[in-house]
Formats: sequence, C-alpha cells, structure tokens
Amino acid sequence: MAHTQEEVLAGLAEIINEETGLSADAVEGSKSFTDDLDIDSISMMTIVVNAEKKFGVTIPDDDVKDLVTVQDAVDYIVKASA
Amino acid sequence: MTVLKTAEPVPYSRISGIGGYRAEHAVPNADLIEAIDSSDEWIRQRTGIVTRHRAGAEIGVLEMSEEAAVEAIANAGISPADIGAVLVATVTFPYATPSAASALTTRIGTGPVPAWDISAACAGYCYGIAQADALVRAGTAEHVLVIGVEKLSDFVDPTDRSISFLLGDGAGAVVVSASDTPGISRSVWGSKGENWETIRMTSSFLELRDTPGTPFPTLRQDGPSVFRWAVWEMAEVARQALDVAGVEPGDLAAFVPHQANMRIIDELAKQLGLPADVAIGRDIADNGNTSAASIPLATERLLREQPQLSGGLALQIGFGAGLVYGAQVIVLP
Repeated sequence: MAHTQEEVLAGLAEIINEETGLSADAVEGSKSFTDDLDIDSISMMTIVVNAEKKFGVTIPDDDVKDLVTVQDAVDYIVKASA
Repeated sequence: MTVLKTAEPVPYSRISGIGGYRAEHAVPNADLIEAIDSSDEWIRQRTGIVTRHRAGAEIGVLEMSEEAAVEAIANAGISPADIGAVLVATVTFPYATPSAASALTTRIGTGPVPAWDISAACAGYCYGIAQADALVRAGTAEHVLVIGVEKLSDFVDPTDRSISFLLGDGAGAVVVSASDTPGISRSVWGSKGENWETIRMTSSFLELRDTPGTPFPTLRQDGPSVFRWAVWEMAEVARQALDVAGVEPGDLAAFVPHQANMRIIDELAKQLGLPADVAIGRDIADNGNTSAASIPLATERLLREQPQLSGGLALQIGFGAGLVYGAQVIVLP
C-alpha cells in the first residue's frame, strides 16, 4: 500500500517517540538519526523493524546504514511502499 | 533371522544437577574504554554490562569446566563414575583436536565414556541439552554431563568496538538424567547458514599461517544485524519452543536467554509478553557475555539467589555464530 511523505514522517515520529521518548515534533526530515536525535544502532534497528511492520515494507540490514537522516528513511519507505 | 538388541528407551529426561565456575578477575568497563575510545556510560547504555569476569593465564577451558562439572555432579547426587557421556559446548578450546570433552573424562574421573565437543557458539549449551535429552531417552546413557565453557578473553581484540568488550570467561555444567516425569521439552533448534559471516573470527588459521601480517584471529560481529535476528527471529523460535512444550508464558517460573546483551534480553522479554513475575536471567550485568557458558551460569545464579524457582519451568534459548539457535523448556533442578 502506497504511503505519502507526510504519513510516513508522522508514523516514523510516533515510532521514534515510542522507542526513545523524543517528542514527535523533534523528528524532522533534515535531522540525522545519530548526530541530531542521538539514536544508537540498536535503537535504530528497533525503529526499522517497527517501521517495516507499520508500513508493510522490507528494509534489509545492508540498507539501514544508508538511512542517515529522517528524510532518507521517509524516502526509502515511500519508494518501497509505492 | 537374528533380531538386533537395541538400547531400551526411557520416557523422559531431566536436569538433575547444576554447577558453575565464574572467572576470578572482575574487569570493569573502565579498564576497556581507552582502547575503544569509549566510556563506561556508552558500554552500559548499549549492553547493560558493568563488569565481565575473565580468567588468568593459568586457568583455561579445562580448569573451568572441571570446577563446574564437579559441582554439577555433586548437586545431582551421583558420582563421576555414573556419568555415561560427556558433552562440552565451546568455541574457545585452543585445540581443533583432541577434544576438551575427552580430556575432561580423566580429570573428572568418569569411566571411558563417549566424549565430544560441540561447536555451536552461544547456542552450544542448548545444543548440548538437546543431544543429552536424546541420548538419555534413547537409553544410551542414564546420566549425561553437559558443559558450556568459554575462555573468550583469549580471542578478543582490545581495540574492537563490535564484540570484544562484551566478552567474559566461565563455565556452567549440568547433569541430564533419566526421569519418570517430563523435564526437558522437545528442542526447537536450527541454523541460518546464509548469515555465516555475521559473527565470525577475523581469519582462519590457514590465513594466519600463509598470509604475512595476519593478526591472531579474534571475534567480530555485525552488531545491529545480530540484534535484529536475536530479538525478532529468536522471539519466534522462543514462541515455537513454548508451543511444542505446551506451555504458556504465564506458566514459566523463569526465562533464561543467552546473555548476549541486556537490550536483547529486555526486548526478547517484551516481545514474548512475559508476565512480571517470571524471573529473568540477567547475569550479563556482572558477568558479561560468556557464550556457551552464559545460560547455565545465569540459571545457576537464579537458583542460588531464588531457590524457590527449583521445580519450576524455565524457557532457555541460545543463539549465536553460525548463525545457530536452540531453545527448550526445562524443569529447573
């Protein structure tokens, strides 16, 4: 099922809030997962798995390291769900 | 026509005794952080580990195994001569052959019984329980000694940020015995060879010999990939183990997963929806990741600190390099 950029960003913000406690407002496209949001590699995997379930997509381990910013993840999920 | 005589099967097996050996030297995070340019907080946050125990040069796989085995045999109320087979799960015995198990028969004083090592890394102990259960129920041996032992400190690189700082040394042992009542469920075990390199040695011994400049082989892992597999795929294996045992999460007295990382343990417990009163093995905080030894050591500690758990059901699951995994529900000794 296709998702819009807005839907994916809002959904990711919800998942990140649940995993890290970060306010959903802080999750902006330009933010880096590690440098800005202080999300470590283990939390990132939890976020990825929850995003896979929420959006019905598959994100292989090798692709996760390319998801540097929130926008990278949004673009990946929108494309994968198209 | 002559009909072959075969071993007489027995209906059930159970764990009748347990013992553990913890390495002498507690190594705090502070001793390791400089080489990996990190901090105590960084290690605690990512792994939950405060210290790991490591053995000195004079203590090896055999010495640690013997200590744990002697305690397990005494705890089972039998003598070494009653042991019918010795299985040693380890990936750190520094000889490809002969086996640690064979050496241990004479150290412990069993008879000239079958003895072999199991190479299944952090799943090795659960593989050993699966094999011992099958041996006992087949009538091949009345009592089988299963040891999980590692001296991982011989195979770490102090500068490695992927796994070395997690690792410790130790041994845990149990006796699996014939039983009138069910004590070990059917094992759910398997492998995922496509991920052979996810947890690995840095080189083979042939590369060490033939390629100049090759450092001594040490362990590495792809941490995030291991985390995903260890939580979400192993949660499914754990559910299957409960299912084949006919056990609900609420029936468990304890959950003893391989002590890989506190965050894996926490997330696994969350995925399984364990009730709050299920005791969870969390030996890793003090003892680090001891691979094949971690489940029996965590079990031994739970029983020492909470003796009321004896007789209750415990779900145990090991998973590690291979990738391989094994899980079963046991009645705690």
